[in-house]
Amino acid sequence: MLTVKNIEKSYEGKPLLNQVSFEVEQNETVCLLGPSGSGKSTLLRIIAGLEEAEGGDIFWKGNSLAQVPAHQRRFGLMFQDYALFPHRDVTENIAFGLRMQNVAQAEIKKRVDQALATIDMKSFAQRKVTELSGGEQQRVALARALAPDPRLLMLDEPLGALDRTLREQLSRELRRILRETRVPAIYVTHDQEEAYAIADRLLLLHDGIILQSGRPHTFYHHPRNVWVARFFGLGNLIEGTVIERSPLVVETPLGQIQAACDQNAPDKGQQTTLLFRPAQAQADHPQAENRITGRVIDQVFQGETYRITLEVNRAVAFFHVLLDEPAEIGADLTVGYNAEDVLCLAKEGDNNG
Amino acid sequence: MTLIIKHKSILTILILAIFLISACAPQPAVDEPRVLRVMSHDSFAISEDVIAQFEDEHGVSVSFIRSGDTGTALNQAILTKENPIADVFFGVDNTFLTRALDEEIFVAYDSPMLDEIPDEFKIDPNNFALPVDYGDVCINYDKAYFEEHDLPIPASLEDLTDPMYEGLLVAQNPATSSPGLAFMMATIAHFGEADFLNYWEALADNGLVVVSNWETAYYTNFSGSTGEGPQPLVVSYGSSPAAEVIFAEVELEEAPTGSIIGPNTCFRQIEFVGVLRNANNPDLAELFIDFMLSVPFQEDIPLQMFVFPVNPNAELPQAFIEHVDTPDEPATLPPEQIDANREQWIDAWLDTVLN
Amino acid sequence: MWQKWRKSPTGIALLFWLIPAAFLGYFFYQPLLALFNLLVSPAWGVDLAAINLTRVWRPLRFTFGQATLSTLLTLVVGLPGAWLFTRFTFPGKKTLKVLTTLPFILPTVVVAAGFNALLGPRGWLNLLLMGVFDLGTPPIQFLNTFGAILTAHVFYNTTIIIRVVSNAWSRQNIRLHHAAQVLGASPWRTFREVTLPLLKPSILAATFLVFLFNFTSFGVVLMLGGPRFATLEVEVYVQALHLLNLPLASILSIIQLFCTLLITIAHGRLSGRRELSIAPRAQRIAVRRPKSGWERVVVVLLIITLFSLLVAPLASLVLRSFVKLEPVRGERGEVQRGLTLRFYRELGINRRGDLFYVPPIAAAQNSFIFATITILITLFLGILVAYALRQPTAINNLLDPLLMLPLGASAITLGLGFIIAFNRPPFTEWRFPILLPIAHSLVALPFIVRTLSPALQDIPYSLRNAARALGASPLRVWWEIDLPLLAPALLVSTIFALTISLGEFGASTFLVRPEHPTLPVAIFRYISQPGALNYGQALAMSTLLMIACAAGILVIERIGLPGMELF
Repeated sequence: MLTVKNIEKSYEGKPLLNQVSFEVEQNETVCLLGPSGSGKSTLLRIIAGLEEAEGGDIFWKGNSLAQVPAHQRRFGLMFQDYALFPHRDVTENIAFGLRMQNVAQAEIKKRVDQALATIDMKSFAQRKVTELSGGEQQRVALARALAPDPRLLMLDEPLGALDRTLREQLSRELRRILRETRVPAIYVTHDQEEAYAIADRLLLLHDGIILQSGRPHTFYHHPRNVWVARFFGLGNLIEGTVIERSPLVVETPLGQIQAACDQNAPDKGQQTTLLFRPAQAQADHPQAENRITGRVIDQVFQGETYRITLEVNRAVAFFHVLLDEPAEIGADLTVGYNAEDVLCLAKEGDNNG
Repeated sequence: MTLIIKHKSILTILILAIFLISACAPQPAVDEPRVLRVMSHDSFAISEDVIAQFEDEHGVSVSFIRSGDTGTALNQAILTKENPIADVFFGVDNTFLTRALDEEIFVAYDSPMLDEIPDEFKIDPNNFALPVDYGDVCINYDKAYFEEHDLPIPASLEDLTDPMYEGLLVAQNPATSSPGLAFMMATIAHFGEADFLNYWEALADNGLVVVSNWETAYYTNFSGSTGEGPQPLVVSYGSSPAAEVIFAEVELEEAPTGSIIGPNTCFRQIEFVGVLRNANNPDLAELFIDFMLSVPFQEDIPLQMFVFPVNPNAELPQAFIEHVDTPDEPATLPPEQIDANREQWIDAWLDTVLN
Repeated sequence: MWQKWRKSPTGIALLFWLIPAAFLGYFFYQPLLALFNLLVSPAWGVDLAAINLTRVWRPLRFTFGQATLSTLLTLVVGLPGAWLFTRFTFPGKKTLKVLTTLPFILPTVVVAAGFNALLGPRGWLNLLLMGVFDLGTPPIQFLNTFGAILTAHVFYNTTIIIRVVSNAWSRQNIRLHHAAQVLGASPWRTFREVTLPLLKPSILAATFLVFLFNFTSFGVVLMLGGPRFATLEVEVYVQALHLLNLPLASILSIIQLFCTLLITIAHGRLSGRRELSIAPRAQRIAVRRPKSGWERVVVVLLIITLFSLLVAPLASLVLRSFVKLEPVRGERGEVQRGLTLRFYRELGINRRGDLFYVPPIAAAQNSFIFATITILITLFLGILVAYALRQPTAINNLLDPLLMLPLGASAITLGLGFIIAFNRPPFTEWRFPILLPIAHSLVALPFIVRTLSPALQDIPYSLRNAARALGASPLRVWWEIDLPLLAPALLVSTIFALTISLGEFGASTFLVRPEHPTLPVAIFRYISQPGALNYGQALAMSTLLMIACAAGILVIERIGLPGMELF
């Protein structure tokens, strides 16, 4: 449906987007993920036609949108700050897009009612938007974006400012609405959990390029490089020097570690970074190739598990693990890692792996 | 719903505005008569029926442009002399006459009506500027005050320096007020260029109050006006007492004020009219000047502009006969002398009186 | 290249500047240059060396001195006034707000009469003090003092501070105040460290406008200050109209314009680039009744101050227009006072058959027609300029001062310039009706721009983007988003344009047609002749002017521009 091709944009002389390309298919929710300042919102505005790219083009069903102004693209956009019109009430805000399409009054009323029902805010119809709470504003903004029946829905950090429970609840509602309306959507966020919850596919934007794309679980299992692993907070990242290539053995502050590589293993003597996922630590570790011992300095109960922080090698490294059993603060603890669970990662900036 | 109403109100404003603009746009007249333009100052006034008489007689329409006070109007006439905005300019007086003549804003016109005008008013021998009216700048006094305080009314300029009258006179700054300038010139005519400043110094020592303009002097400081100020003597016009009667709140038999008409206490101002150089309608302009000097116009002058007609055949209204005291020996100065020295006199006056 | 330039901020700004700049160039700079060009031409024989420098230096020094003092005093009254109107509701608030706007429109002759009735030698205050303390002479010497100039300037200009600052203040985001308080700032600290810095641009803008008004003050200095004081503007008047020294007058005018330019540039430097407000204008300061004891005391004191300073002279004027004095011959001490409508009735009678007589209704109608045209012109141009100023481009620093310059042009210079430049068809045919509102627009435009520009900067871009994404064309976005959100500022602008046009006198005397006088011109006709009736009619006409202005303001506020109910 939507094809974004080689989009380029600079900001104050520095490149912001560098040949960004991707596609969005019918009935698909794509999540655009990236740290703040990575140009996500700019990219959305370019797709919406609110800003002009310096290079590249946007296509809808193969037709270039270069000459189509924002108000004729029929893309819905939901803003980070909601951008509700303060001089209009809830109904008028939702009706705005329909009025722009010159929809008949009766039809507008019907569709606004529908939209209000969808977001479960029927009793709020005549309220001033300035009197709404954050969550209510968010829902009105969503209803407003959806009411004119857009061909594509874009959401810019829609849950950003809300509290956790509300976020989960609204995220569920969003999933339901996106499923029901079957509208293709681009969802911008910097929060990976939100992205996991919403997205059919993730695009990770970094340094002006799509660093990695794919289904949520591939990011978990196969982060493209150290930066991706760090951004997703996948686990402990420990640097070391390769001393053996096959099987891979790396000299680290934790000692000599046996690891596995997704891609080509680095050469002997090279620096590499190893990823230890906290959840893959084994309290009981007879068969594990790697053993890591440290002093327990912190412990947090997280419901199912305990998140334990180890100080290894006299504070040369800190190490997080998730275990089912509590440990004793101050005591030494040894955990085991299978070699296949320790992942060696490509360097940051090394995008080809 | 509210949206629609709001848009309607904007529309209403717009329509109203367009209507207003079109309402004040000139209506195209059919069979337009020739238009004579007469430029004058703000104090120019005339009766409708008098002008109608002229318009009917000659089949023209007279359009007046009143542009500011005497100085402003003359300035405009001078600045636009290459391409004048009118045919006739009325309102230059003897204090500014030389400037107007030097700038050559007028063309000469030997009106046949001049025969009726006494020679004393014909200051311009070449008749570029023709006299129309005259008036005196005099000191007015508040009759009630002098009666109440049992004071004799001052009779001469010299009397005003008497300690008896300390703090009783309000005059205007000659730099910002034309009656102020006229009164200063009366003192120059009386005491001479060399000595008039001594007189003013004596006046200042005797508690002279100076304000910027006639309005303030008359309505704020003068006790004889409705403003009820503290000074019973004010530099104003010889005709002011008559105006007090005509514009009284309640009918008065006697004017509440009078003018001091001793020798040289009043300065005579004569107002002139002329045909503007490069005028579009010089023929109409000449006709209009003849008309201005004729009896009907001249008789209308006193009650409209509170000055005297120069044509002795014009009858004065009753109020003027009863309430205006005309000086036998008004002060005058040759226009050339005024023009040459005005600035020095004023500067010297400012230094003496204000500093 | 052209494409790219057209879309750059400079290109967009220039596009918006096009019409306003053409308007200013044609109607302001052209006549001014024509006048100066004529006056410094050899024909006029200007001898720069012969100019007496004290004639320039003395008024210049005095002008700066009095303008600075007057402006400071106006701030002292106006800022608490702005606070009062922003924060509190109290009975009669709307009335007081309209009343405080009225001084702005009144001709100085009438204001002088008002102050005279209140503070003059026989004014009520002096009579009261003389009665109470058994004094022989009036204790208060007001007229012809420096204090009178300062008081009158405060009287005239306080409304500018109140309107401009309170307009910005009420748009401040209350959350920022809350944030400061939560961070431990006392209300006073919050005011000093959050409110005040955020208000700085609008306070500076208002101060700057007031300063310029004081800088070019004419009538107040002449009539209330008396002959001992002369500003540059007064000196221009003296030179041009009483000494017929037009070259010196124009040199003084040029100096005044140059100072205006410097002041404008200084203001631009001081205020710097306005920061965009990040939050939408949702959480505005709530208006409430004064709560605590001290708040009540301060509010009451403020209301009393504003009343006695701004309203009392007006009230004494109005009262005086209904009072007749029946003097018994020879016994002036026993004046019978009584109420009368005679002055008002007399306004409607053309007793002398004067050709130029105009019934008060017609004068009011003229004034309103001119005011309406002025409003339309200034709003149209003001909006364009506000959009131009929104663009981040250096071109604005250049063009903005040129827009402010008409504020510093003396009415005499402008009037004479108009006469020279437009002394030709089509202006000679219908020039008076149209040139007058144009002259008023030149004076009003700086106010309108200073009001609209910050309001426009306050509208978050995201609202426009939202409307665009929802399918609104750029024009539609303007109509649906910008215009309603600008409504309060447009309202203030309209009131400024209305009051400036209704009250303008200087340029009006030049440009008005005798058969279409405005109210101030008609007032002046009466007060320039002796006689109790004339004086009474001038006051009656002034009262009508005030009523007309108040009615105009009320109508404007009532009409309810789109989105008004929100504010």
